[in-house]
Amino acid sequence: MKIGLDIGSTTIKCVVLDKNDAIVYQSYERHFSHIVSKAAEVLRRIESEVTGRHAVLAISGSAGMGLADACGLPFVQEVFATRVAAQKLSPATDVIIELGGEDAKILFLTGGMDVRMNGSCAGGTGAFIDQMATLLKLTPEQMNEAALQSEKLYTIASRCGVFAKSDVQPLLNQGARKEDVAASIFAAVVNQTIGGLAQGRPIEGNVMYLGGPITFLSKLKASFDDALGVCGVLPENSLYYVALGAAFYSDEAFDLEDVTASLENYSATADYATSDPLFRTAEEYAAFAARHAKATVPRGELAQADGPVHIGIDAGSTTVKAAVIDGQGRLLYSSYQPNSGNPVPIIRAVLLELYQQRPDLQVASATATGYGEEIVKNAFSLDCGVVETVAHFTAAKHFMPDVDFVIDIGGQDMKCFKVEHGAISDIYLNEACSSGCGSFLQTFANALGYEVPEFARLGLFADRPADLGSRCTVFMNSSVKQAQKDGASVENISAGLSISVVKNALYKVIRASSPEELGRRIVVQGGTFYNEAVLRAFEKEMGVEVVRPDIAGLMGAFGAALHGRAKAAPGARSGLLDAAALQNFSHEVKAVTCNGCGNHCQLTVNLFDGGRRFISGNRCEKPVAGGKSGGELNMFEYKRGLLEAYRPVPGPRGRLGLPLGLNLYELLPFWHTFFTQLGFEVVTSGASSRELYLAGQGTIPSDTVCFPAKLLHGHIDRLCRMEGVDAIFYPCLTYNVNEGMGDNCYNCPVVAYYPEVVAANCRCLAGKKFIYDYIGIHRPRDFMAKMPVILAKYFDRITAGEVRRAAKAAYAEYEAHMQRIRAEGARVIGTARAQGRPIVVLSGRPYHLDPEVNHGIDKLICSQGAALVSEDSVAHLAGRQQVGVLNQWTYHSRLYAAAAYVTTQPDMELVQLVSFGCGVDAITTDEVKAILQEKGKIYTQIKIDEITNLGAVNIRLRSLFAAIGR
Amino acid sequence: MSQTQQQTAASPRLDYPKFTREMRVTHKILIPQMLPIHFSLIEKVLRQEGYDVEVLKNDGPSVVQTGLKYVHNDTCYPALLVIGQMIDALNSGKYDLEHTALMITQTGGGCRASNYIHLLRKALKKAGYGQVPVVSLNFSGLEKDSGFQLTLPLIEKVLGAVFYGDMLMLLSNQLRPYEDRRGDADRLVNYWVAMLSDQFATGHGCSKREMARNFDAIAKTFADLHVTRTPKVKVGVVGEIYIKYSPLGNNQLERFLAGEDCEVNVPGLLGFVLYCVVNGAETIDLYGGSRAAKSVYKLVMEYFARRERMMIAAISKYPGLTPPPLFSATMKCADGIIGYGNKMGEGWLLTAEMMELEQHGVDNIICAQPFGCLPNHICGKGMMNRIRSVYPDANIVAIDYDPSATRVNQENRIKLMLSVARERLDQNPPPAPKSHGAAAPAADRYAPFGNPAPAPAKI
Repeated sequence: MKIGLDIGSTTIKCVVLDKNDAIVYQSYERHFSHIVSKAAEVLRRIESEVTGRHAVLAISGSAGMGLADACGLPFVQEVFATRVAAQKLSPATDVIIELGGEDAKILFLTGGMDVRMNGSCAGGTGAFIDQMATLLKLTPEQMNEAALQSEKLYTIASRCGVFAKSDVQPLLNQGARKEDVAASIFAAVVNQTIGGLAQGRPIEGNVMYLGGPITFLSKLKASFDDALGVCGVLPENSLYYVALGAAFYSDEAFDLEDVTASLENYSATADYATSDPLFRTAEEYAAFAARHAKATVPRGELAQADGPVHIGIDAGSTTVKAAVIDGQGRLLYSSYQPNSGNPVPIIRAVLLELYQQRPDLQVASATATGYGEEIVKNAFSLDCGVVETVAHFTAAKHFMPDVDFVIDIGGQDMKCFKVEHGAISDIYLNEACSSGCGSFLQTFANALGYEVPEFARLGLFADRPADLGSRCTVFMNSSVKQAQKDGASVENISAGLSISVVKNALYKVIRASSPEELGRRIVVQGGTFYNEAVLRAFEKEMGVEVVRPDIAGLMGAFGAALHGRAKAAPGARSGLLDAAALQNFSHEVKAVTCNGCGNHCQLTVNLFDGGRRFISGNRCEKPVAGGKSGGELNMFEYKRGLLEAYRPVPGPRGRLGLPLGLNLYELLPFWHTFFTQLGFEVVTSGASSRELYLAGQGTIPSDTVCFPAKLLHGHIDRLCRMEGVDAIFYPCLTYNVNEGMGDNCYNCPVVAYYPEVVAANCRCLAGKKFIYDYIGIHRPRDFMAKMPVILAKYFDRITAGEVRRAAKAAYAEYEAHMQRIRAEGARVIGTARAQGRPIVVLSGRPYHLDPEVNHGIDKLICSQGAALVSEDSVAHLAGRQQVGVLNQWTYHSRLYAAAAYVTTQPDMELVQLVSFGCGVDAITTDEVKAILQEKGKIYTQIKIDEITNLGAVNIRLRSLFAAIGR
Repeated sequence: MSQTQQQTAASPRLDYPKFTREMRVTHKILIPQMLPIHFSLIEKVLRQEGYDVEVLKNDGPSVVQTGLKYVHNDTCYPALLVIGQMIDALNSGKYDLEHTALMITQTGGGCRASNYIHLLRKALKKAGYGQVPVVSLNFSGLEKDSGFQLTLPLIEKVLGAVFYGDMLMLLSNQLRPYEDRRGDADRLVNYWVAMLSDQFATGHGCSKREMARNFDAIAKTFADLHVTRTPKVKVGVVGEIYIKYSPLGNNQLERFLAGEDCEVNVPGLLGFVLYCVVNGAETIDLYGGSRAAKSVYKLVMEYFARRERMMIAAISKYPGLTPPPLFSATMKCADGIIGYGNKMGEGWLLTAEMMELEQHGVDNIICAQPFGCLPNHICGKGMMNRIRSVYPDANIVAIDYDPSATRVNQENRIKLMLSVARERLDQNPPPAPKSHGAAAPAADRYAPFGNPAPAPAKI
């Protein structure tokens, strides 16, 4: 008999075949990372119940690899095994889509066999769905049920679990229906799988689905069918194809007694990368615990409080906190609990309890903060809201008036501030990749069946903490599984995770490598620091002693209460709902799409009793107030208007299409003029949209490239569909225009050569005239000489003279265009100064103009009362900069110049937009920051991707404005 | 404008210690490891030139941890490793910090790799080693004020080392999987590294005639190795230059593949050098520029081609050895696939190498790159569909390397590629393999380092 054993990342599957290859036994169970003992258990069971001592055996599955190697058992790679099984069992299949615990695979079986697995940074898989279900407080099966009831879909980042989580969390906090969120998560998984794995190859014909998630979740299968436009087959034994393939492929007989014996010997190796233990001795720990026990806030009794109180509510991403203080700032009452996906009923319960304890409670002020600030404020008629950074800072400063540095690690976000002269001098907020570290610890502890404090305690005395990396929680998660397989104990994993979270905060968010950079008086707070392993890891990693208030997790709420106290006039009465109103409280949620502009925001409308309402998901004030978004001081709006003015002019040489993406956002005036002058009717692919992106996503070969580049595929797709477009022009430009602001005038590799990717991957270009030659616009005279030769390859009878005239016009138009931008910059700055508005220089690349790329951040900035100019409208005012890096890219030289200029203007701040995956910006961001910091300016970076959590952006901007004293 | 310039120019942030002429005598120069064979030869060349250089050997988790600490974590993995390795070395206490300098290469292209040297300087400041000067090794005229000067004779010797390194790497890769006695090929490599080092130490080994003689001798000794040919999966390794070559960068990829019983084919370093030269000429062709400069490029190419042909001729004498393709032939492979103007990072060369491997029947290719490598979005992953359209059997897997990527994940994907390769090998075994070297003496004859045993060839 033949045994096939498939040891995946979460489950172990086994089949036994008789000599006719018929299944005589099968089993499917979770192994909870105890793979060795579980495998031995399964084999012993088979031996006694089915096969007897001797059987043919092969192992497969991602977790089976190391084990098979170590025990000398034959290993069959799992995708290969799937193929073996499929060819035998269902030979008519064209494409197989298989989702497992951690991996996603697509197999093309016909027309050139090809097998693909997801890259390291993709999480559209079972573990991801489990995580999302946890977030929704559902089991995956319940999530499936819920998804079947969905009414609308939200766009959720499908790049990875961390990104998706930072999209899902705010949706939940804003009151989106779980049914809709669940269905959106499935849609995201489908997009990720297709976008990440198909890579330009169409999925058609007989499609078969395999693996746990699709087998168990009917809505997921339906989502795949919808997206692919097929009706795929979920075969019998869809869970066992890998195991079957291994069994079919096996040809070596083993004595199962020997195999189980060698498995049992293998378990003890414990070979994995480690870090130093957190504590070596109990004395060390005792001293540590005693030191931290001293950091307490003064408290009072709610029952005895006389005089009015101040309430602070912090509706965080994963927890809801409330603090009640008296006029002296003593803490009278506090509450800290998980938000369970909807903070509103929890806060209602907290407030009711307060009124119950003190029916005569006099509330002087009630203040909200955190992600749910707005909804809470509107739901319960709180007096004011305060951005969470300010709330945390206020609390830390109250606790330690001469604090130098505050580090707050919450469930989802990290917030750090440098403090000089009692004011915030620098702000560090995590970007998407670092988010969720705090709640990851919790989710992970719970998954292993522990409460967080218990889990943390295990780690304190771990002897060999596992090194689990620090990139993000998705990578940590798979490192944990690996470490477990290598024999790391729960203790060592607990300690390792704490160290990873700390390293992420230090090296990714703060980017500090020595304690001097933080200062002497450091306060650490946020719920995550209740975890003593994290606290210790932080002190060890930085080599400093820090202060953790005993209310570390409440500091946001405490700070909000303090803020309210400071704002409240003497004798003030809060407008907070009273006990009676809370009894009659009602809350209803509606999802609508705003059609006010091209952003088409997905709005969530919360309706409360008494006509109070709260709208979220908007990027501008339009749907809320019906007002204008300050367009007259929005340079981005102006630049978009300039580009829209380049309309097609009918010409004798036919229609020529330009994809409006990447560098065309700046060079459109140039190429439009050039080709219009030559007699072409120049059309562009127009504005980007979600639909445009989805239409092109199947042809993207590299899923880690930046989003603006990915969008190009959609633009090409649209041009190919446009009527009468005879040729598409999208040249390779190694060099950009030379503005003399750097040592060279390169484009980045992606901007320079993306036309090559388009040509090699966009199938719609087949049979089309696609012009993507290498062209040098940085040398105008050579351009005029070379261009006739290039054009002659595609068109007849374009003379050198015509080219020369067109080129001259093009260069002139480009110069005029840039001049208009500079002039408008000066006008906006002048107007803003006359009106006393702060000026934000929103710096990035020309293509960050695209609303689909910047997600309306320009409008968000203007809606906060600031005037907005772009880096290219002020860069010339500072000119060429000496910088600490090689200044060799045209667009990036402008960043340095703009930053230098901002440092000379007291009313200007710089906000840098960075596309996720932009490798060049790993260099520019540090340099721009250094330029600003040297002159005492705050650096603000906003990382943007396919989807961007605008809640986090909003916090960033509000923090900036708060720090500069508005 | 000028005001701002003066302000920033005065900033201490922009100061860094220069490598002065005097330091050539007083300082030890540390070089990060990339290609063990090549770099140990280059080390000898530089020593003979009077520089006290040392190629770093430190690896392990502390290198990565140090890199993560001092380099922006979104920067490419090679920068993180190279800088991590150097600071880790400075941390070790083995070096006199007042008399130590670091050397790093700089290609000067549009890829962010040209910025490594600046990132290194920033990292040194952060780590408290602001006094340690950094030497740029480049052929692009960057950092002209450095006390380290690449003179023409020195360039010639360094290039000689590159030729030898490529030849030893190529031949040992060809024979290692088939050797009758484990370790023979590596012993031979060590022997030749020692032998050539001795030559370099006396200022020899890099003239055209000496190279011809050495090439012949090297080819002969490898041809004489005892081997038994059995059909094995052949795997080509291409990719970002550091990750492709450096065992530290690619998690010991070659060792892993050897363990999987594969014959590894890693295109040589010379290709990259020539690619840089060709790009100079190509840039002038595409965008205009000095004709004189172009004719210099031409001369340089001819210089190389002569030596390439010498090496190929030496290897071709032995039917058991496969010579490397001429660079110009590799270059031709990219024709119609990707433009020669694509010159950032590995650019068109990476695509050409994949095509060249496919053309010579090496269907199985690992394209190794740092996570998020910009040029490889284009010339690596971006070209795979096109390569498959020409060679439908192309079995290419792209592997991303990153401080946090798990090795198992990488190896699992490589194993998938190997499964397909093995199945094809079983279905279409190559023609009956031939064994050779039967008459050769025992490999013991090849003496280890420094042993004055009879040399296989007279120099």
